[in-house]
Amino acid sequence: MFRFIVRRLLQLVPTLLGLSVLLFIWLRRLPGGPETAILGERGTPALRAQVRRSLGLDEPLLIQYGRFVKRTLQLDLGTSISTKREVTTEFLLRFPGTVELTITAMIIAIGVGIPLGYLAARRRGTWLDHASVGGSLIGICVPVFFLAYVLKAIFAENLGWFPSSGRQDPTIGATHITNFFVLDGLMTREWDAAADAIWHLVLPGIALASIPLAIIVRITRASVLEVLGEDFVRTAESKGLTERTVRGRHVLRNAMLPIVTVIGLLTGGLLSGAVLTETVFAFSGIGAFLYEAISNRDYPVLMGFILIIALFYVLVNLIVDVSYSLIDPRVRVR
Amino acid sequence: MSTKIDKIDRLSELSAAKDDERGVSLWTEAFRRLRRNPAAITGAVILLLFVIVAILGPILAPFTPTDPSGIREGVVKSGQGIIPGPTGDHWLGYDHQGRDFFSRMLVGARQTLLVGVISTLIGLTIGALIGGVAGAAAGLGGRVGRWIDVVLMRIVDMLLALPSLLLAVSIAALLGASLTTVMIAVGMVSVPVFARLLRGSMLAQAGGDYVLAATSLGVKRNTIALTHILPNSLAPVIVQATLTLATAIIEAAALSFLGLGNPDSAIPEWGVMLADAQPYLGIRPGLAIWPAAAIIVTALGFTLLGEALREALDPKLRK
Repeated sequence: MFRFIVRRLLQLVPTLLGLSVLLFIWLRRLPGGPETAILGERGTPALRAQVRRSLGLDEPLLIQYGRFVKRTLQLDLGTSISTKREVTTEFLLRFPGTVELTITAMIIAIGVGIPLGYLAARRRGTWLDHASVGGSLIGICVPVFFLAYVLKAIFAENLGWFPSSGRQDPTIGATHITNFFVLDGLMTREWDAAADAIWHLVLPGIALASIPLAIIVRITRASVLEVLGEDFVRTAESKGLTERTVRGRHVLRNAMLPIVTVIGLLTGGLLSGAVLTETVFAFSGIGAFLYEAISNRDYPVLMGFILIIALFYVLVNLIVDVSYSLIDPRVRVR
Repeated sequence: MSTKIDKIDRLSELSAAKDDERGVSLWTEAFRRLRRNPAAITGAVILLLFVIVAILGPILAPFTPTDPSGIREGVVKSGQGIIPGPTGDHWLGYDHQGRDFFSRMLVGARQTLLVGVISTLIGLTIGALIGGVAGAAAGLGGRVGRWIDVVLMRIVDMLLALPSLLLAVSIAALLGASLTTVMIAVGMVSVPVFARLLRGSMLAQAGGDYVLAATSLGVKRNTIALTHILPNSLAPVIVQATLTLATAIIEAAALSFLGLGNPDSAIPEWGVMLADAQPYLGIRPGLAIWPAAAIIVTALGFTLLGEALREALDPKLRK
């Protein structure tokens, strides 16, 4: 098991290296470098060249790349061109918001999706089954940003049940240690701050959860249906085991494997939806910041953020692979 | 001894019987099952309507979709929040620039269909090329083949490790905002999916008995890959293409929402119309709801048909 994890981590190295080369070339081919974003309309050719020189962009690509790799290995991702702060600082400031949002969305998607999919499978052909299958089909087809706008218009602007933007009410004056606002509130025992942060997470969380929820319902239903037809379930039932045991230990556990795979893939892919939801709810996470960085041609931020996100994505997949063997002893990873 | 002869006799009987009735092809059988599936019929009807509107839209439209007549006649003052709703003449009212909204909905179908189809084709072509080469190389090519496969798949994995919308946004930044950009960006996002799918499917087929038979008959490797393995591996790719048509339309709308779509909003397209309507959600929600509903229903049509196709082609579900 340990060797498997180490080998998977080593396999990461060429992938990340290749990705960094690809990104490096790619980003520098974008028209209008950072000097356009900094100088705007008033940039003369001489001024532009000066800015480029000060950022080290006039040197050959290979030297620029070499410097980037050297710095990255020292865990220095450089300074953002637009905010003049260190990329790692920016990341630590914004990433917690996106993580909180992603976790909220996954809690909603898993918490509602697995029971709903399970019930739909147990009561196959009833109205509950039809409703959840139909609902999940529609859930996949609704554009996330539209759903976000509708939720915001109804529950925040019309009914006023939830806040319409931001991560926390600034007038609370909460202390921030880790920038995970909910965690900070719990650690400092500022209960109202934590509650307010959770309150801000509800609507964007639901909007972001829509697609994973729909997919989890479908995959759970299909997977449970397949396991329910297996011989060992009938054996377990005829042995006289309680329905609870059969459901938990025999049906659900065996149906979990494809569900866990999908959950892993979905968690990694949630960032796309996060960009959209964060934009609609003016929620300061990495999604909105990355979008700005692209329009500002903020190379250090883009390189750093995308590499960390890719690393994160691959790590999530690794965790999924490892969790297989915990759920299903038949899968022995070597 | 006699049992062996019996067996051979029975085998020859069987093959004679097969010659008589001739097996039904996979696609004929799949089509037959599709016709009996209500979900498939619903999807097909939705798509048929969509395609008819896309083709005939400009003829059916009662007004010129780009003509800001509402502003000219002074009925629409979006700056003051005056956008009239449905009337007898204008079935869905005006949009924020005083153009007849019903006409824009009809004409917009064509652009939306175009975005969906072309971006899916881009993804399918490039993805199938990469996946096909990797699959053929891995399945038949020995050591060199395995290397080609590993290198190609690592590149695909790198593309997969990038969040799809980020990839699309950076492509859009490289090419500038336009409808073509949206098609390329949305298409590129589906490249790794198609590549992995076709490769996996080809690898599964490469172990088949008919490949072994063709090899022992002395058929060339390239011919086996192209005329034996490839056609048998296409089913999951076609299913995925149908499903991708749905996501392509939704993703194109997301790019328009981020301001990377067609900057000339005079030409109606549902995604752009939905994005343009956001500031007026409080005044005239219909401006957002109609294009959103159109996108959702169309995506639903493609998804229903794709899922039904998947079921019809799945050998596990046969009979």
